[in-house]
Order: sequence, then structure tokens, then C-alpha cells
Amino acid sequence: MKISVRGIFYLKVVIHLSAIATLTWLAYLVDQDLLGADPVKELTHFLGKTALNFLLLSLAITPVIKRFKQPLLIRVRRLLGLYSFAWVSLHLLVFIWLDLQWEFLLFFDEVIKRPYLSFGAVALIILLLLSITSITAIKKKMKKSWLTLHRFVYWAALFATIHYYWSVKSGLIEPTIYLAICFYLLSERKQYFRTLLKFR
Amino acid sequence: MLIKNTASSALKESQLTNESHYLERRSLLKKLGFGLASIPFIPSAQAGLFDIFSDDPNAADNSGLIFKRDPLTYTSDPRYQLLTPLTPEKKILQYNNFYEFGTGKSDPFEHAQQFNVQPWSLTIDGLVDKPVTLNYEDLLKRFDIEERLYRMRCVEGWSMNIPWLGFTLATLLKSVSPNSSAKYVRFETLVDEEQMRGQSSRRVGGGIDYPYVEALRLDEAMNPLTLLSVGLYGKTLAPQNGAPIRLVVPWKYGFKSIKSIVRITLTDKEPVNTWKKIARSEYGFYANVNPEVDHPRWSQASERFIGEGNVFAQTRKDTLMFNGYGNEVAHLYKNLDLKRNY
Repeated sequence: MKISVRGIFYLKVVIHLSAIATLTWLAYLVDQDLLGADPVKELTHFLGKTALNFLLLSLAITPVIKRFKQPLLIRVRRLLGLYSFAWVSLHLLVFIWLDLQWEFLLFFDEVIKRPYLSFGAVALIILLLLSITSITAIKKKMKKSWLTLHRFVYWAALFATIHYYWSVKSGLIEPTIYLAICFYLLSERKQYFRTLLKFR
Repeated sequence: MLIKNTASSALKESQLTNESHYLERRSLLKKLGFGLASIPFIPSAQAGLFDIFSDDPNAADNSGLIFKRDPLTYTSDPRYQLLTPLTPEKKILQYNNFYEFGTGKSDPFEHAQQFNVQPWSLTIDGLVDKPVTLNYEDLLKRFDIEERLYRMRCVEGWSMNIPWLGFTLATLLKSVSPNSSAKYVRFETLVDEEQMRGQSSRRVGGGIDYPYVEALRLDEAMNPLTLLSVGLYGKTLAPQNGAPIRLVVPWKYGFKSIKSIVRITLTDKEPVNTWKKIARSEYGFYANVNPEVDHPRWSQASERFIGEGNVFAQTRKDTLMFNGYGNEVAHLYKNLDLKRNY
């Protein structure tokens, strides 16, 4: 069965609603102080992981389209990507505001010194660029270079997953699962990485 | 050696608001008829309700019953006070690293309430003249218990202020008469796969080879700051905090303060402590709190203090050399390169 235009509309509604629901729930947890004894860390991790979920979900769209022949699904990819950026922005905001308490010096120092933070920062910058250039008018102006730029999303996913993996002290099971999913999704883009290697 | 009051660690009586708040709340609860004694028998659903309405630190356990903590009698030493407020009891009880019960911060609280501390047996042996084995009653009765308010700094970058109850390790060690050849003190946590889910499953227990082992140099162990704790906030320890007896070394990162100790052995060789064994490049033998020596993956220059209030009330503060206990312990490391001996 093919997903119809109407189906895509409903899918988008579901994506929006789930984001709103998650945010409302999070606001409730924050308000009621239900995030445990170290709520800043809990909040940071939750936002980061949600961003990563949306990013990997957006990367799963193309393989799903190909395998299940659902061309219209392409219409939700941008939405998923933009939500990923929205969540990662909150992730960064909470880190700088509630964790580092606006100590920018410490922030920049840490981002440069700690590989896991550098990787996260690079992933975030890529998502920022992709979000800005996702505006239709800009996309049209960029012509072919748009595709080149937007393929950097693969690197964003890889860096974000590594950022997660390196950030934990122990208990590598969950980050390993994320890494495996990421590798699988990237393996669906073998051609891209092959061309990249040849180019060198 | 007498530890003098320093301006930085002195505290006026009036600044100790948190505990009195806590006691007020407790007496209010009692008046309402929710006596402490009834708490262990409250089924989980009710305990959950309790948590929302009463803010009781012992409430909200989803596995059913809550471990019963007995009140202790103790003296208070004015030398060991703090300038900043205490971490609320509830957070001390519900935010723990104790991989024997799982690697998540709430795992120990959720999975340790059925932990059995009676009978208990703590053996002190090795290079001593008078080896001894203490039972549960000995731990609470043999030595005078005093209260000490200490800072606790975790290697992960968070910190708490905790009102410990206990006696100095030196008191215990003197009573067993260490030999002149003893140079180190090795500590071992209980191994009990039936009671500790992290020990029966490598996945749950973070892949650690148990027993958990920690160690101190003998002079560190004899320092008057080094405490064997049997309680906090006026009562015996909860399992998640290391019941019935745990070490507290306030100038070292938290993982040195080993929990639920069953053996203390004096040796002449430097023992390999658990975290050093797991990741030698990240955790060393000394693990002194040091803002100038970063963890390979994160800065140790500052810390998130776990205090009262929600996410917007949390504060970050500068980490102090030796966690602020330099006057008491810096002399122990005069000839030691602290960058290499992290």
C-alpha cells in the first residue's frame, strides 16, 4: 500500500504532536522537579538523545523509501531534520545556560580541549547550516551545491553518535546501539563514501 | 594533630538551616500520623503518592518496601562544619553510584532496599598484631560516633555536602596495631550475587570484576579526616549509601570512598583499586580532588553542586584543591608529582 498525500499530512501532524507532547512532558518534569538529583545532566542528556533520535530517523527515510517504495515519504524528511536541529539547540542552550551558567570562556575552552565536545559542536554546526539552507528559496539558489552541502548530514550523524559514545563514563550498551544504527544507515550510502575515497 | 578552624571551613550555627528544615518536616510528618515506623510497610503505590505530597526522603520506591534506617546517637564536632548548605537528604538517598546495584544513578535506590546488613562481618587483617572481625553491633557500638559535615566531589563533576556519622579509620586501625611493615590499607566490598544484581550480571554491573577494591596509603588512612561512616542525616546508612559501613575520604574523588566494606587488609604493596584496573589512563591510585589535573575527557576545574531546588536552582562552583581540605592533607603529598599520580 502506498502512503497517500493525505497520509503524509497526518504523518506530519503526528510528528508535530509528538514533539509538542515531549516538550510539554519535559516542562512538567522540570516544573515538578522530577528529573532526579542532578536534573541539569538529566535534561541535557534527554535533549541530546531526542535530537539524535530525530536525526537518525531523518536518515532512515531514504532507505525506507527505496525498500518499501514510498516516494511521498520524502516530504517528511526536512521536518525531521529541522526538529533534530531544534532539539539540539535546546541541548546546547541547557548546557551553556544551566550547566556552565554562561561561562563562555569555559565553554570554548572545553569545546576545543575535549574531543567529544568538539565532535558534538561540529555536528551541531552542520545541522545549523542544513537548517538555514533548507528554506526553499535558498535551496533553489544553491542549485547543485545544495546536495553537496546536505550530504554532510551523514557526518553530522556520525559525529553526534561518537559524541554520545565518548560522553559516558561507563555503560556503553546504549551508545553502542546508536553507533550500530548509525553505521547501518551510513552503509546505505556506500556510494557517497566510495566516491569520496576515489576523489582523494 | 589538632585541626584548626580555618576561615574557609568554619560555619556559624545559623547557617545550618537545611538540617533543621529537614527535622521540622520530619516532625510535621509524625504529627500527621505518618510515623517513620510505618514507612517500611507502606506498599509501593502509596509510597509513590507519599513522594508527591510529602517530599519524604524515604518515599517513592517502586520495588515496594524501604530499607529501615535506625536513629543513631552521636556527638557533633564543631571543627567539621561547612559554609554552604547541605544537600537534601532525599537527593543523597536517590542519586548514587553503586554499580553493584546497577550503573544508573537511581538504580541503587531502586534495587537496594531489600539489602540485608544483619548479620554483617567486617574483618581487619593482614599486617596487624591484633586482627579482628566485627559484627553489625560492633560497628555501631564499639566506637564513639560523631557527626561530620563533609564535601563530597565525584570524579564525574558533581558534588554534595553530606552530614556523615561515623568514627575515624585511625581509631579502628590503632585498635588492631598495624605492623611496622604495613604501608597500605586495602578495602573490599561485599560480594553477594543474590543480593547485588550488578554482580550476577556483567551487563547490569558495568562489566566490573567484583569485589570492588579500594586502597589508601597508611598515612592517608591514619589522617584524622578519613572516616568510616555508619550513618548520615542522624540515622544509619541506607544500602545505596554503603550500609552498614563505608569509607569517606573527603579530599579524594568519591569512588575512593568504598561502600559496604567486609574486609580491611593492611599490606606492604600498593593494591590495585577497581577503577584504576578498569581504566588506568583515566583513574589512578591517588584520585585526589585537583582542579588543575583534568580527567582525559572532561575538565575538573568546576563542579555542579547538587542542592535544594529544581533545574533552574542548580549552581556550578569552582573545584577546590584537595576539595578544600588542603590544610589537613597537602603535607601528605609534598614530594609527589600530582599530575602523574592522579
